[in-house]
Amino acid sequence: MLRRLREVTDPVTFSFDGCPVTAERGDTLAAALLAGGIDTIRHSVVGDQPRAPYCLMGVCFECLVTVDGVQNRQSCLMEVRDGMVVASQRGGRQVLQGNR
Amino acid sequence: MTSSPLEMVVIGGGLVGSTLAWGLARAGLQTTVLDGADLDPRASRANFALVWVQGKGVGKPAYALWSKASAERWPQLAAALLEDTGIDVSLNQNGGFSFALDPLELETWQAEMQDIVRETNGRAAPFEVLSGAETRDRLPFVGPDVVGSIYSPLDGHVNALRLFRALHMGMKKRNVDYRAGYPIERIEPVRDGFRLTGPKGTLVAQRIVLAAGLDNNRLAEMVGLHAPMKRSKGQILVTEKCAPFFDYTSATMRQTDEGGVMIGDSEETHTAAHATNQDISAVLANRAVRTFPVLGDLNIVRSWTGQRVKPLDGLPIYEQSAAHPGAFIAVCHSGVTLAANHALVVAPQIAAGALSHGLAAFGSQRFHASQTA
Amino acid sequence: MRKITEAAQFADTYDIAIIGAGPAGMSAAIEAAQAGASVLLVDENTSPGGQIYRAVTRHSPDDDDFLGADYWKGRTIAEPFLAAPIDYACSTTVWSLDPAAEPSAKATLGLTLAGAARRVEARIVIIATGAMERPMPVPGWTLPGVMTAGAAQIALKSISAVPDGPTVLAGCGPLLYLLASQLLKAGTEIVAVLDTSDAGQRLKALPHLPAFLGSPYLAKGLRLLVDVRRQTRVVSGIAELTINGDTRAQSVTIRTGQGSETLAVQTVLLHQGVIPSINLASSAGCTIRWNEDQRAFEPETDPLGRLSVPGLFAAGDGAGIGGADHAAIEGRIAAVGALLDLGLVEQPEAETRLTPLKQQRRRYRRGRAFLDILYRPAKQFLSPPDDATIICRCEEVKAGQLRQVIDLGVPGPNQLKTFIRCGMGPCQGRLCASTVTEIMAERRGVSPAEIGTYRLRAPIKPVRLSELAALPQTEDAVFAVTGRRPEPVSNPKGPNQ
Repeated sequence: MLRRLREVTDPVTFSFDGCPVTAERGDTLAAALLAGGIDTIRHSVVGDQPRAPYCLMGVCFECLVTVDGVQNRQSCLMEVRDGMVVASQRGGRQVLQGNR
Repeated sequence: MTSSPLEMVVIGGGLVGSTLAWGLARAGLQTTVLDGADLDPRASRANFALVWVQGKGVGKPAYALWSKASAERWPQLAAALLEDTGIDVSLNQNGGFSFALDPLELETWQAEMQDIVRETNGRAAPFEVLSGAETRDRLPFVGPDVVGSIYSPLDGHVNALRLFRALHMGMKKRNVDYRAGYPIERIEPVRDGFRLTGPKGTLVAQRIVLAAGLDNNRLAEMVGLHAPMKRSKGQILVTEKCAPFFDYTSATMRQTDEGGVMIGDSEETHTAAHATNQDISAVLANRAVRTFPVLGDLNIVRSWTGQRVKPLDGLPIYEQSAAHPGAFIAVCHSGVTLAANHALVVAPQIAAGALSHGLAAFGSQRFHASQTA
Repeated sequence: MRKITEAAQFADTYDIAIIGAGPAGMSAAIEAAQAGASVLLVDENTSPGGQIYRAVTRHSPDDDDFLGADYWKGRTIAEPFLAAPIDYACSTTVWSLDPAAEPSAKATLGLTLAGAARRVEARIVIIATGAMERPMPVPGWTLPGVMTAGAAQIALKSISAVPDGPTVLAGCGPLLYLLASQLLKAGTEIVAVLDTSDAGQRLKALPHLPAFLGSPYLAKGLRLLVDVRRQTRVVSGIAELTINGDTRAQSVTIRTGQGSETLAVQTVLLHQGVIPSINLASSAGCTIRWNEDQRAFEPETDPLGRLSVPGLFAAGDGAGIGGADHAAIEGRIAAVGALLDLGLVEQPEAETRLTPLKQQRRRYRRGRAFLDILYRPAKQFLSPPDDATIICRCEEVKAGQLRQVIDLGVPGPNQLKTFIRCGMGPCQGRLCASTVTEIMAERRGVSPAEIGTYRLRAPIKPVRLSELAALPQTEDAVFAVTGRRPEPVSNPKGPNQ
């Protein structure tokens, strides 16, 4: 849903729900997801509705994703890293499976 | 004031006040509730939501049995609220644990539980003492630092905030006249009842119930009652929502029906501050992750504090003024646990005009007796 | 500048701790460091600049001409900031601010950096946490494909990306037109700008026009309006706006005096002005006041930025909206105020420094009231009339549910919050607080000032349980929780460590 105006010059690759995504080093994860054509990154906890990053400035907590197994990370406040494993979320946090 | 006196005025719209007002309205009284402001101290918004009997009433068997009776009565209250308002307050009485992190804790609690059984002649709530291994057999996610636990099948919890809303909806449904932002500065006994004066004006009530939490300390003296209070600030942490994993409750950790885990609690006796204390958060968090290590990565999304409504000896106070009949007081620390008793026992008695002898142990005369002793 | 990358690297205590690396925070840090104070600046983002100068040090102006000179001006603050002798911690969350318990004591910040929590003391704390966009709750605003206009601008600044496909901008205020102009320049397909401002405000703003005529913003603002109108369609007088779609935004339906219309879109950008971020000041117990011109709550400050709680200052948009240039000046004023309170500058020296700064601040404030009143959002976008509109995005509480609880007679927003969970989710009320106050005020026919807003308490940002658990434990706190004093032989850092 975002279109980059410039070619990526220093690429990093991460995965989202198993699919590879390329971003520019230094991008925030949320912006990189949107520029990778991904908008629905989770389903809401209360109503199971699709949600996407909304404010990109750490205020709205809509951009929560699972990063390297840790749930509910604010993707707009973290930089992408090579090999990051990112997953969408559905429902509340899982406590007993995976223990993270 | 030329209008005729109000039939029944409850001062305080917290859990105790709204429970009694709803009960009084159910008993057929035209009831008015005068409540304070949004940011007044409100234990009703800061409690831990337990329907809890375990360990209550050491040396006070009447209180142990009163708590137990309310827990047993709770399903009846939940059903009545559901019927009146359509709100399910999510009562869960699957039992409750107290997790001990060192042997001394476990020994102390066990001794207290045994004292309560003895003092009540065996009528107290049943309990089991579990070793660390036995605790983990029942709850595999309990951490290795837990040396044992006390389990009582009678303990439980509700969604206390939904309970609070249900009571207010129930009041509305039963035509209770609820007025927020209506503080009372002065109560004067008059010929046809009580004159209540505050910044919003003056009202006359035939009968009144003082259910104003900590402010009862001040109001009680105006009608010949006595409600000495202890300062007691508590603090709670709340996590983000999780998939259900803990279908019991415990004295210090519970998962709400909405998914968040509440972590308590603490007692500070020298501060009136409403801010949270981060040193206490650290200790609460430390004990929580030792008890349930699987929670370590959870985010704390909120924390809050509240001043407990705690009479000096920890017991509730229920009394009708002997000097000024028609003025009642109801004040207690356990507005959730005792809600069933308040709605289904105390309110009908107040409506009928007299508290039963069964409640005599909770009269404020006990404070005079202890002062002279 | 010493860059702090791990929680263990913080000093235990600083003269001045500044929160936020926008124009106010960076300017305050430069000013304070020059006077020899030990300064810590913590910021949530990965590089300095705040939102207005987001990522300004990561690119250079030659790269790019979409953002304009006003953006690149940020480098004139960011560069000296990065050269100043201070401790700077980016990617750091502040989750608590406890004011000093007594006049001689220090304030304490609760911080999280790189997965570890730390508590750090400061004699003075300057809150420069800036503003956030005023929530604009309309039907469908939670759908993927909908973002704030500010978010689109952040994407443009930080990763040089623009919305793909047909886009509408909806709302009001100068930023909406600035962004429209920037996106048009970058080649975004803007279907329309849907201006939701209330035409009735024009008359109300008129008395403030003379002051605005002397404002540095006048020429820029007019140029933007003309520029945008020349390149795309602008629709005014919008009575209703609905975003449609099942799993993402697909179209926007608007109703104006001329009737209804539906526009196919891929992206909707919402914006109706900015409001101060008050969470930290509120949680520290500072007095919060209502600003009717700006239609927002803000912390009460004195002319130097002192908050009502001793030892705490606020500067920039977080103390009341004034824009980037104004914020930079306010940051310097607050720093001088802090230095004065610390005894690091004498009164006459402080006055010498403050006189020109205050003059500049007056200049940037000139005409502000005109903009504030002219661009006040229309009532239907402050207090959504449709009962099905989600107000609290975290707990998914709808306008109708709020009105039902308000009608129970609740004393205020804090009781309402406990009754219906509005504001209890991870955003901690940031995306619903202003709307809750507006709905309640409208329902009761009183001013928002009478209604008030949520009272906040630490942690004001989520913090991991295990990080809290690893913090040092004080004897008093252990006693408050367990009823027992810790054993003297035990490790004071707690049994886990």
